[in-house]
Amino acid sequence: MKSSVITFPGSNCDRDMDVALKKFGFKNKMIWHDDAELPKSDLVVLPGGFSYGDYLRCGSMASKSKIMKSVLNFANSGGMVMGICNGFQILVETGLVPGVLLRNKYLEFICKNVFVKINNKHNTYFKNIDSEVLKFHIAHNEGNYFCTKDQLKEIEDNEQIAINYCDKDGKIEEQFNPNGSLKNIAGIFNKEKNVFGMMPHPERMIDTALSGEDGSLFFNNLINNLK
Amino acid sequence: MIVNEQVAFDHGLKKNEYAKICELLKRIPNITELGIFSAMWNEHCSYKSSRLHLKKLPTKGKQVIQGPGENAGVVDIGDNDAIVFKIESHNHPSFIEPYQGAATGVGGIMRDVFTMGARPIANLNSIHFGSPQHKKTKNLLRGVVHGIGGYGNCMGVPTIAGQTNFDSSYNGNILVNAMTLGLVKKDKIFYSKAAGLNKPVIYVGSKTGRDGIHGASMASASFDEKIEEKKPTVQVGDPFTEKLLLEACLELMSGDSIIAIQDMGAAGLTSSSIEMASKGNLGIEINLNEVPCRETKMTPYEIMLSESQERMLIVLENGKEEQAKKIFDKWNLDFAVIGKTTKSKKIELYFDNEKVVDIPVNTLVENSPMYDRKWKKAKLPKKNKIKKEDLKNLKIIDVLKKVLAHPNVCSKEWIWQQYDHTVMGDTIQKPGGDSGVVRVHGSDKAVAASVDSSAVYCWAHPLTGGKQVVCESFRNLISVGAKPVAITNCLNFGSPENEENMGEFVECVQGIGEAAEYLKFPVVSGNVSFYNQTKDEGIKPTPSIGGVGLIKNYKMMITMDFKEVDNIVLVIGKTEGHVDQSLFARNILDEKNGPPPEINLFNEKNNGETLLKLIDSGYIKSAHDVSVGGIITAVSKMCIKGNKGINLKKPKFLINQIEYFFAEDQGRYIIEISKENQKKVADLLNKNAVHFDELGTINENELYINDKTKVTIDELKTSNTSWLTSYMSK
Repeated sequence: MKSSVITFPGSNCDRDMDVALKKFGFKNKMIWHDDAELPKSDLVVLPGGFSYGDYLRCGSMASKSKIMKSVLNFANSGGMVMGICNGFQILVETGLVPGVLLRNKYLEFICKNVFVKINNKHNTYFKNIDSEVLKFHIAHNEGNYFCTKDQLKEIEDNEQIAINYCDKDGKIEEQFNPNGSLKNIAGIFNKEKNVFGMMPHPERMIDTALSGEDGSLFFNNLINNLK
Repeated sequence: MIVNEQVAFDHGLKKNEYAKICELLKRIPNITELGIFSAMWNEHCSYKSSRLHLKKLPTKGKQVIQGPGENAGVVDIGDNDAIVFKIESHNHPSFIEPYQGAATGVGGIMRDVFTMGARPIANLNSIHFGSPQHKKTKNLLRGVVHGIGGYGNCMGVPTIAGQTNFDSSYNGNILVNAMTLGLVKKDKIFYSKAAGLNKPVIYVGSKTGRDGIHGASMASASFDEKIEEKKPTVQVGDPFTEKLLLEACLELMSGDSIIAIQDMGAAGLTSSSIEMASKGNLGIEINLNEVPCRETKMTPYEIMLSESQERMLIVLENGKEEQAKKIFDKWNLDFAVIGKTTKSKKIELYFDNEKVVDIPVNTLVENSPMYDRKWKKAKLPKKNKIKKEDLKNLKIIDVLKKVLAHPNVCSKEWIWQQYDHTVMGDTIQKPGGDSGVVRVHGSDKAVAASVDSSAVYCWAHPLTGGKQVVCESFRNLISVGAKPVAITNCLNFGSPENEENMGEFVECVQGIGEAAEYLKFPVVSGNVSFYNQTKDEGIKPTPSIGGVGLIKNYKMMITMDFKEVDNIVLVIGKTEGHVDQSLFARNILDEKNGPPPEINLFNEKNNGETLLKLIDSGYIKSAHDVSVGGIITAVSKMCIKGNKGINLKKPKFLINQIEYFFAEDQGRYIIEISKENQKKVADLLNKNAVHFDELGTINENELYINDKTKVTIDELKTSNTSWLTSYMSK
């Protein structure tokens, strides 16, 4: 399986993603934002970080970089595109997934472990995962998901909500919402489910020595589903 | 502008210093030259009051590759890997403008590390604030934490450990000390020593603006009521540009075109160009019209003294300019050839085709003033006699809860949750433990780091306090299973012109030196921050020690959370019941006098090394050093972290239970071992002549004391975790 990780100026989880993808068997290539062509890929990842310093609005400038034209074409023709954290913010800015990511409710950067409940397994990202709840890790300042009522109805009708913040037993309640996200939303798909954006960083959960191993579960499952 | 004694005085130069400048130049300097002298000769850059004493610190060791004098210290960790690290203060700017002050402190120290070719892999910080009741404290704390996070998070470097203390002596002068560790291949370390004639001198990074002019001079003076007027001297940071600068520099460093590189930190272009020339015993010629400027009509004076951030000065090999420029173009950074190295041994600056500065380099560096300031030796205070009645009325659980909730003991999760501590995917011990630990990427090795200070002990008796901080750092590294390698120090003191403050400095440094020498824990880098005072009120002497240790196999790392019910808990090291200057005495008994606990360096070394042997043998399930708050506080934290309880028993000593549990005797650790290993552990401790007491066994979720008193761990956890969050949300 071939993957591509895009590096924007200010990306800082690009290496971590490269390490994770390779660990689980992807042949990964790092792609510079100023390149025009995307190499042949089974998965394209927009990594976390602070592309363009998060200036103007998180993800907005990166969404206009040269490579993003190819990424948009790839996504619109059904290619698998995953955005993590700042990558999710970029996806939102391109319009590939609906909604916006606002500043965290308590106006502070949050770095901690969270639990997320898988809301929809009829897609390549979560199909065949046995658990209902994953222990993931978040590190962001702008992860407060918001969309209009109409958009919310649409994403609910289309089952576009991928994961929600919850407790270890999968209870989705306000007290387990770290950033004020609407409906505890931690990640969403596009209508077709080939584009997926989420705030948590699975690439930081790939080793027992780190925060946990549910990232390993996620990547292992993903590569198997892609095969 | 005509230069005279008054103008020199306004630049912070004393009468005799100005006279010396005129004598060295054999003429009166022009205003730009005066600005350069004032920048190089201020306390911050010249170490004029401290140099004499810093010389006495032990700086060599088997693993030391580079000691003080470079951008940062470097130690060998085997397999061609080296760790570059340093701590630096940004106290004054952070008090004036907490967000930018703290942010640029973090940015500056990271630049010091990657200037040497190392990729930063961990940040730490030690921050001190005034009393929580002081009207400025909350905003300063919030601003500083946001600033540290804002910069470090954007750079993608994990903040893995730190320390936050409150004391009214910092009401008018907070401390922000930032530390960075970087990883480099031993054969790819870059230095600031220029070499070769007619080599191009290159400016890269951000453009030069009018921000931060005279920042270093500001940091070399006391605060007065006009402090708010100094806001323009605080630099403004741009972590995004620094991230680009980091990547661009590391890309250029992978080739062989760099001869020397130096970041523009305090005193900007002035100190960077002069340091490179001085170390290389060369001259430098710069055309100031070539310096990329953010604002129009900047004068030579402003260009030379600007402290705009995210800039570097590089001496390149001839003919490599194009290749280097391509890299900086790719990262959208300025790149300009601004001058060349010369044999003149002078710094010669041109502006609009006119020579505006002509100063021999040695007058700025070797001939800078050095003072043997007067200082007063501190007496060891007399021990207090604690009245038994005072102790009798105390309920131990109530006292414990108060201690756990004390601002200097309580959980600092509210702070470190705002720092990205997991980026780079190698953080194997997060903040909140004895040390932060990161793996050496792609290897079995891990590096532990901790930052410590003990202002109360240093204030009570500077010599003992100085020793204690080094020992505390040693212990924090050993507690996670790391072998201590070397330290960096950030020496925060009041005015060197005050004999008592100077005495505190001299004796703390002496203490640091004695402990570092004995423990074979050399000082490889550091920084001095004097004049931490507002008007006449100085801070408590606060040397911060950043310690670095090595874990050969990261799977052997130790954490402090209790692991298993029925395991045995011991305290290593002898408890004499030293209560003076303990958190208990100062806050519960309200007794602020008396000597700090004594330091016995032999025991310190022996206890620590023996514990490392126990760890290597695989006997230790969890460990934690005993520090502020004594045995019971340490044990409670291990319970809270591990969600376990303990049946504590005071050994049958003569000393009172409260004294036994809250005393702050030094050189002690709490360890958890399994029952089956108890004999082997006891034998090893006895064989090495290490004193130990058995404290009790681990249970599900309650803390019992002598089978009588009990409290649930949840209650203790609430005491420990709620203070800071509720303070900040009010």
